[in-house]
Amino acid sequence: MHLSMALLLSALLFGVGVYGVLARRNAIALLMAVELMLNAANLDLVAFDAWFKDTLHAGQVFALFVVVVAAAEVGVGLAIVLAVFRLRETVAVDELRQLADVDPVVRVDADS
Amino acid sequence: MTLADVVFGLLGIVCLAAAILVVTARHVIHAALWLVVCFGALAGCYLVLTAELVAWVQVLIYIGAVVVLMLFGAMLTRAPVGAVQELDSGNRPVAAVAGLATAGVLGTLVVAAFRGAYVDIHHTSIGDGKVIGTSLFRFFVLPFEVASVLLLAALVGAIVLTRREA
Repeated sequence: MHLSMALLLSALLFGVGVYGVLARRNAIALLMAVELMLNAANLDLVAFDAWFKDTLHAGQVFALFVVVVAAAEVGVGLAIVLAVFRLRETVAVDELRQLADVDPVVRVDADS
Repeated sequence: MTLADVVFGLLGIVCLAAAILVVTARHVIHAALWLVVCFGALAGCYLVLTAELVAWVQVLIYIGAVVVLMLFGAMLTRAPVGAVQELDSGNRPVAAVAGLATAGVLGTLVVAAFRGAYVDIHHTSIGDGKVIGTSLFRFFVLPFEVASVLLLAALVGAIVLTRREA
């Protein structure tokens, strides 16, 4: 099969993930979009592994490592989301403006 | 156009459509369930690309563990069960432009760079448990051990973060 099909699917998945990370407001929906981007990278690794006919299968092994790191990321990410929810009663990421430079109220007025 | 091309194309369409539904769904729970469809189709893509073990790991860890963890998170943060407009922030147009630009640049780049590249899936060694296990435990032992330490650190970190009396 053509290598460019897998690479094109991976690029499109990554674009969808970028859109999700930027557009979503709920922290859990945002984590799902991050997972989409990680899977796009995994698809590239596996496709190049098959294309190179790598005897070590480094691409597939790296894909497994990416899965492991993604599992750790989701675990810690959800723990942070739960801690934020316990403190603030919200998981909307654009309400967490304590580190922002400008006054949140002014910014919300300017946006709407 | 071989059979593998057709199967990969169909799985890719399912995967992409499910991914778009993940980032546009109005319910958090629906988004998580569409994520299952997306990862399942992606596991099929891995099977077409002869990565057998990666496909089963994808099903076990992503569909089995990560999505269930997401659903737990949605329940614990009392996600509204009905449809909500609150799920998306106000910067959807900008996000759409950024996503389309990323996909467009990456897509044209990889298609231009690997135009005639052909994956000969009939004359490559299948990435089953034996082959990947041999490679993993003979040549990638150190990254494997580091990954186990990373998982332990993530486990301890998650417990510390969610403890009541911190």
